[in-house]
Amino acid sequence: MADTIKQRPGPMRLIDATQYRLPVAAQLSILHRASGIVMFLLLPFIVWMFDTSVSSEVSYDTFTSVFTAGWGFLPGWCVKLVVLALIWSYLHHFCAGVRHLWMDATHSVSKQQGRSSAIVSFALSLTLTVALGAKLFGLY
Amino acid sequence: MSINYGSKRIVTGAHYGLRDWLAQRITAVLMALFTIALLAQVLFGGPLGYDRWSAIFSSQWMKTLTFVLIVSLAWHAWVGMRDIFMDYVTRSLGLRLALQVFTLVWLVGCAGWAVQVLWRL
Repeated sequence: MADTIKQRPGPMRLIDATQYRLPVAAQLSILHRASGIVMFLLLPFIVWMFDTSVSSEVSYDTFTSVFTAGWGFLPGWCVKLVVLALIWSYLHHFCAGVRHLWMDATHSVSKQQGRSSAIVSFALSLTLTVALGAKLFGLY
Repeated sequence: MSINYGSKRIVTGAHYGLRDWLAQRITAVLMALFTIALLAQVLFGGPLGYDRWSAIFSSQWMKTLTFVLIVSLAWHAWVGMRDIFMDYVTRSLGLRLALQVFTLVWLVGCAGWAVQVLWRL
């Protein structure tokens, strides 16, 4: 009888989740987690930016030059890309987080509400990311 | 179900969980309020150069608020990272403990550096 019963697949791993089509709310959620990790890993860089920008006139010039002349072997546009990643991470994490607080306060946890609030979060965070990114890359 | 009572209680779990769940939300609100306060000061005051930027952080109340932000961020990030390790590092307790220690050192180090910057001004 054992050979006619299918082998059980075992606990689901993160890699198995990539085989499924995730609904919008799930994509927002995993990106919420990912953006948190990105900000955690770049935290020393964030503190460094605060340190150099606020400590003295001289260090402030160092801070601004990192975006033009680059840092070590990294060109300026590369540094700007990293900062853009940070901007997106913060905005996404913020919007998805507010969505969590909204769900906590209003109990709007139906499938439809989850879907629409996720779309709003994406729209808001991505729009602001594009706007701030354009400013960062000197488009206006 | 895992056996986690008595001598099998793990130090790398979430314990009861409610305190940290609430702390993540409260620190989130605190940080959001700080963001708005900082954004308002940055946007409304004319062109931003070194003088105006450093002046923002020179007042005692702003330093204190920023300190609250730093502590809030450290706790918020700790809960987040601990949850991630709990979800994905399920088989090795030793690895999870090591990652938690690394996370704490990372966060305390960054927090200390930021506080030093603030009170050097």
